[in-house]
Amino acid sequence: MVWTPPAEDIFRRSEQWHVRIRGLHKTFGQHQVLRGVDLDIARGKINVIIGGSGQGKSVIIKHIIGLLKPDRGHIVVDGEDIVPMSEYQLNRVRRKFGMLFQYAALFDSLTVEENILFPLIEHGLRGPGHNDGVRRRMSRAEMRQVALEQMDKLRLPHVLLRKFPSELSGGQRKRVGLARALVLRPEILLYDEPTTGLDPVATKNVDDMIRDISQREGVTSVVISHDMASTFRIGDRVSMLYEGRIVESGTPDEIRRSRHRYLRLFVETSGTVQLDPVPDSELVDGDGPGEAPR
Amino acid sequence: MWLERLARLCDRLWAPVLAFIEAVGEHVLLLGHTLLWLVRPPYRLGVLLEAMVFVGFESLFIVGLISLFVGAVFALQLISALRTFQAESFVGATVALALTRELAPVFTSIVIAARAGAGMATELGSMRITEQIDALATMAVNPIQYLVVPRVVAGVIMVPLLSMLFVASGMLGAYVVAVGIQNVDRGVFIENTRWFLDINDILQGLCKATVFGLTLTLISCYQGYHARGGAKGVGVATTRAVVGSFVTILVLDYFLTDLWLTFFPKTRGPR
Ligand SMILES: Nc1ncnc2c1ncn2[C@@H]1O[C@H](COP(=O)(O)OP(=O)(O)OP(=O)(O)O)[C@@H](O)[C@H]1O
Ligand SMILES: [Mg+2]
Repeated sequence: MVWTPPAEDIFRRSEQWHVRIRGLHKTFGQHQVLRGVDLDIARGKINVIIGGSGQGKSVIIKHIIGLLKPDRGHIVVDGEDIVPMSEYQLNRVRRKFGMLFQYAALFDSLTVEENILFPLIEHGLRGPGHNDGVRRRMSRAEMRQVALEQMDKLRLPHVLLRKFPSELSGGQRKRVGLARALVLRPEILLYDEPTTGLDPVATKNVDDMIRDISQREGVTSVVISHDMASTFRIGDRVSMLYEGRIVESGTPDEIRRSRHRYLRLFVETSGTVQLDPVPDSELVDGDGPGEAPR
Repeated sequence: MWLERLARLCDRLWAPVLAFIEAVGEHVLLLGHTLLWLVRPPYRLGVLLEAMVFVGFESLFIVGLISLFVGAVFALQLISALRTFQAESFVGATVALALTRELAPVFTSIVIAARAGAGMATELGSMRITEQIDALATMAVNPIQYLVVPRVVAGVIMVPLLSMLFVASGMLGAYVVAVGIQNVDRGVFIENTRWFLDINDILQGLCKATVFGLTLTLISCYQGYHARGGAKGVGVATTRAVVGSFVTILVLDYFLTDLWLTFFPKTRGPR
């Protein structure tokens, strides 16, 4: 008899896992993008998702925040399955989240300052902590102060505040998007390629900031990244998406010992991360989870 | 074999009908969501005001200008036709009836569809393809409530108002042509207009303008909201918004007129 562990109750709020995804399927037309994604997001940690272009990383992150509805599967946030929720119910859950879009998605009819303050104006009226019942309207000056602080944190010059998104560079746009995602101090931050298109110094700044926010405020971070060096530098957990499934998931050290052939190719090609050697005969293919120790 | 072919032919013939029914259904669904999110707090007056300025205030000049000439040319044509029967004193009344019942609501809606409707489809369309609509949703702001509701409400409020402006300024155009240029008697022009024109005509026009305002903003928002596929997709959405609004307005106009004349017939003046 083989002993199988009892099926975990993913619908119970867990201290260890903030978001739990089971059996996520998503097809666009004829194109099967996700084919049964199982993924756990660790609370208060930095969870990095890596994978090739067009594999569906952005699609996963959009499912986590309820922008897309899966064909099948569960997405459980703090013990609540968000899949059957209506838009109205989702809005309550979404207040836990901040999201940085791959292309920033700034509102181009608003100035940089208005963009950063947008979430505050919409939700900040009730003061910090939504449920304390105090309707404390932040003054315009207080809000401005918040915007300036965010700009400083991200090393954006203050002159940008009056500009429109179309007048910014790609990297600046991304950092403004980041400021907007951070302004309400969310519990979970989703970053879709936060450093792609930034120069090396700005990349390091953003990496440090992600680390910093995660450690200081205990925020759960989900980061999609193409940059192996920064993945292994900041990631507490790394998961690899391949052919519509998560084929490997673990700490950076565990990933270094992975025997998954494609994962090793993917990581090693970058040339910046050294993997632990594994004899060729032990490599595994396919889209099932490899046998990395976990 | 031939049965299969027949089935496929039927499918192909049915497809546009089904697509049409589906499109109507989706617009009704969007209307339902709009009404639902209209009554839910928060109420963003600033955003509504902005939309009203865009739909209404910024259309004042163009509506005023067009109506002036529509009234003028209509008067000119009528006078040349009515002269044959020595009946040019009725020009004021005829223009007034045509303007209030038909020309003002239809022309105003078409101008607003081309100006504001196209603008809405383009704006929402580019927000859609650059993920700004998704970004709104992630910030727990319902995109329908934030984007569609104010625009539809602005259309429902502003199109009837603009349509009244159209009537007033169109009458001015007709008056200038008839009394100023064509020497129709001033007193007769005004008296005949007063006698023929009735609150029933004005209400008919306002009612149409309200329905058209709702229709054209809903269609434009729908097209923008569901745009896909890059800059070209935004262009397609805009075209569809304008063409769809035009056709729908003109088709609806016939049925609304029929309904109105059946249920609210006039008791005075020409039926
Ligand atoms: N709304 C959509 N409609 C249709 N297809 C979509 C949609 N969103 C994503 N896809 C498809 O899903 C696949 C995965 O897209 P996704 O954006 O998640 O890739 P990704 O892993 O984030 O890639 P990259 O690293 O280049 O950002 C792509 O092939 C894309 O064509
Ligand atoms: Mg992506």
